Amino acid sequence: MEQPLWEVFIRSRQGLDHKHVGSLHAADARMAIESARDVYTRRMEGVSIWVVESKNIHASSPDEAASFYEPAEDKIYRHPTFYKLPDEVEYM
Amino acid sequence: MNESNTIDYLMLLADSSLIMGQRLSEWTGHGPMLEQDIAITNISLDTIGQARYFYQLAAARLNEKSGNADVTEDTLAYLRDAHQYKNLLLVELPNGDWGQTILKIFFYAHRQKLMYEKLSGSADAEIAGIASKALKEVEYHVSWSSDWVKRLGDGTQESHDRMTKALEYLWPYTGEMFVPATYEKNFLENEFSFDVLKQGWLDKVSGILTEATLSLPPADTYMHTGGKTGVHTEYLGYILAEMQFLQRAYPGCEW
Repeated sequence: MEQPLWEVFIRSRQGLDHKHVGSLHAADARMAIESARDVYTRRMEGVSIWVVESKNIHASSPDEAASFYEPAEDKIYRHPTFYKLPDEVEYM
Repeated sequence: MNESNTIDYLMLLADSSLIMGQRLSEWTGHGPMLEQDIAITNISLDTIGQARYFYQLAAARLNEKSGNADVTEDTLAYLRDAHQYKNLLLVELPNGDWGQTILKIFFYAHRQKLMYEKLSGSADAEIAGIASKALKEVEYHVSWSSDWVKRLGDGTQESHDRMTKALEYLWPYTGEMFVPATYEKNFLENEFSFDVLKQGWLDKVSGILTEATLSLPPADTYMHTGGKTGVHTEYLGYILAEMQFLQRAYPGCEW
């Protein structure tokens, strides 16, 4: 059976984000969610499922890696590490 | 309430679930696609799990009655012969193709849902507990199989034809679900009407079959019975031979 590919995102607990867990084949969204339930939540991994047809995900190209990411390498001032935290500030 | 009615009724529940699960497990590794292979294996494990609860309860009640401790879920599952099994004929039929298997799950799950809804309010607290746990599993079997019936019935010409064939084959085995055996009637103490149960099932099932563009067989179709009192098709013996071989050949064997 030739069926479209779907990406599966699962939220493992209330309050957490959905995380990508893998992909599967299904005829439509309903079947994709049911299959995701059967394939990816058998061991209590989740409380919520998102599925997105893989063709709807647009990815950055590896060819652009140099122009995309390398310019950030020497911009250390973007990391807020130069600030002195007053002692009174907790939990930072 | 007569205890032996309760035990017989527990065996009907347990045997039907076990044989259903054993049959469905034949699909493991053979599903039409990986995702559905896992789905049907999950359903198989659900029904075997339900069978275990009912066997464990039956074993406890039998031991209580006899004062011994020699009955276990394993002796009930592995050391009884076909005529002692009380499962519905429907669940022992061969799987056939994917469509036929789906339709079998569809008929059975819709009925299990109605049954477990009733049983979850049973005066027997232990049975009520198992039923309410099983109900959540069965609700998924209902929606999963109903979706597939619609997809295949209203799919291609070939899937439609196969579903029509499966419907003709399986339909005569659905009536037994609504003809109570004596012990079944006694246990339920006429708590609910099997005619009402059947009507509820028929409403659900026929609605979905219509949506799937499949037509309901005539109301006067001949219905097979016998499973509930140990009169089975030739298929059950083969299932038991395979399932029980190890315990029969090597008694007490563990692995």
